[in-house]
Amino acid sequence: MVAKGRLFGPGAFNQERIVLATAIAIFAVASFALPGFFTAENIVTIVRSVSVLGILSLGMAVVIIGRGIDLSMVAIMAMSVAAYLQLLANGMSDGAALALVLAGVIGIGLLNGFLVAYAEVPALFVTLASASFIFGYVRSQVIGADAVPVPRAHWVASLGSVQFLDIPIEVFIFAALALAMFLFLRFTKWGRFVYYAGDNPVAARNAGMPARPMLVLRYVISAMFAFIAGILTAASLHSMNTRVVNSTLLYDIVLVAVIGGIGLSGGKGGVRNVLIGAALTGVLLNAMTIIDIPLIYQNLIKSTILLAAIIFDGLINPRDEQTAQQGDI
Amino acid sequence: MKKFLSILAAGAAIMAGAYSAPALAADDPSPAVYASALKGKRVMLVPMAMGFDLAQGWAAILKREIDAFGGTFETRDPNWSVEAGAQAITEAISSDNKPDVLIVMSPDLNSYAKLMKKAQSQGIYVILIDNPANFKADAYVGSDWTELGRLEAKAVIAGCKAASPKKIGLVQGDQVNATSLYQYAGIMEVLGKEKDVEVVAKPDSNWDATTSRNVTATMLQQHPDICGIIDFWDGDASGAAAAIRDAGLQDKVFLVTTGGGEKKADCDKIADGTYGAVVTTELAQESHNMVTMIKYLLQSGQPPGTASPFIYTLMKPTTKENMRADSCWDLDALKAEAGIK
Repeated sequence: MVAKGRLFGPGAFNQERIVLATAIAIFAVASFALPGFFTAENIVTIVRSVSVLGILSLGMAVVIIGRGIDLSMVAIMAMSVAAYLQLLANGMSDGAALALVLAGVIGIGLLNGFLVAYAEVPALFVTLASASFIFGYVRSQVIGADAVPVPRAHWVASLGSVQFLDIPIEVFIFAALALAMFLFLRFTKWGRFVYYAGDNPVAARNAGMPARPMLVLRYVISAMFAFIAGILTAASLHSMNTRVVNSTLLYDIVLVAVIGGIGLSGGKGGVRNVLIGAALTGVLLNAMTIIDIPLIYQNLIKSTILLAAIIFDGLINPRDEQTAQQGDI
Repeated sequence: MKKFLSILAAGAAIMAGAYSAPALAADDPSPAVYASALKGKRVMLVPMAMGFDLAQGWAAILKREIDAFGGTFETRDPNWSVEAGAQAITEAISSDNKPDVLIVMSPDLNSYAKLMKKAQSQGIYVILIDNPANFKADAYVGSDWTELGRLEAKAVIAGCKAASPKKIGLVQGDQVNATSLYQYAGIMEVLGKEKDVEVVAKPDSNWDATTSRNVTATMLQQHPDICGIIDFWDGDASGAAAAIRDAGLQDKVFLVTTGGGEKKADCDKIADGTYGAVVTTELAQESHNMVTMIKYLLQSGQPPGTASPFIYTLMKPTTKENMRADSCWDLDALKAEAGIK
């Protein structure tokens, strides 16, 4: 459940609020100190730069809230879209290629979910293994090189240049998916069940909730979100470079979810936490790029701020008996 | 008369000798020397990954040449992992079937230096390619990255044309890789001498296209009057190109990058205006330089580590104006020729 912090007094400073306050503070300082930071264009750039990351984090969030983790998201994102583009280049019709790849994406989601829910293998191992499998299979059997270009004048390439009111389409898709996820988690029965299952899976099952099918559904959702993020990446860059699987993107996704206050032990947090985590990441990276700080120092500053927020949260909100017993991942 | 006969006989003998001369030429001993030195020799290529154009181009040409002299050619694919590359080299050194020549593309200045020294001490020739390292290889075959940076800087100044002052942005790779550091040094050496040039920003992309797009988008907002950008690799320059396209500045910002000169990666994108100029490597020449060094080293009899020459490949800035049909090479055609699927 979303932590019911009060505005003042004890409990007012939970991690979510600390991170939000940090993001606002950096935003305020940067607006005054950096010329060109507080402009409509730059704010659009900030939101856009974290749109794909945010979409991935939404998918990750629903899995984490249900006390799981999906480490195969980046592999699904890169390899599904790379396979789709390669099939097109091989001459397959658009409809057939898309159907095939979508079936693959849903299939991987189902497989992840099945192994976690029914074979009861820890999610960490299942998704780590499926990530390697997806990458290895597609890289060796389907595509010939790391990067696969989007065919000329294909709808994916056109999608990248779609804008409304000078705002790129990714921002709207991120907003729409965030809204859909919010409505799902807040107002649907299965959405509420995600919290119960994440908070106490055994009790949820004993209470008669379809805990296992729900678990499978969550991995299918995260796989679908990964595919959408991949299409948007290819739309913008006009190619899909599968090297991203080796990058730190996966940690960034988990970080955005966790830093916003979604506990790795499950049952806590929501869409709002993802948005706050994404906001801090976006504002921080943009400000550091404007100041022209080299990448190694950027990573240092980013990790220091994140670590500080976590330590501060640990001091203000010490772990109680329940969280200690339950443990994190 | 006797004398005449002997002269005749001598003449006949000379004639006979002359006729047998072609038979002697057919016994040229050189091919045998060549064959005994090269036949059955093992050559192993360990690039940073096999999944990008340069590595596949090198492998195609090397395979064709090594097959031709009866050697064995193998590749290892570390897939951008430094550890996997180190493991491949370690395994190669310690296996019973050691390679005779190890061709290594080092990920940075130091990671493989010790391993490569060990390989040399085991009697393996080590050829370093494309990325410099702190190690005396039996040959370095690849680009002079400082010179490459100078060429990029000159190309961007030319691309900026009448703009004054010329505001230029750099999208660097990272702060550890020699290719990025030397490239930067070469660029700044040229740009620093120009009075009219100002480098307004120099973020890193970490060789990632999405990061390149985000930093370029920010750069263009902060400095809308930028006339040229140098992105340090065509592998991520698609990101910088996307940011320029999104800002609607294709006609105003001249994008320079560098790459292996593969058709789809470079020339097609120069033709459609994505890149203004690409400093390309002559891949065929570079690969044949490797082949020459392999043939030389295996016949030289010198112990590994005797000399460490630098065989720099010629580079050229390719633009729409000077691009010809043969400015780039076609990976698919090259693979087909070498019989690689």
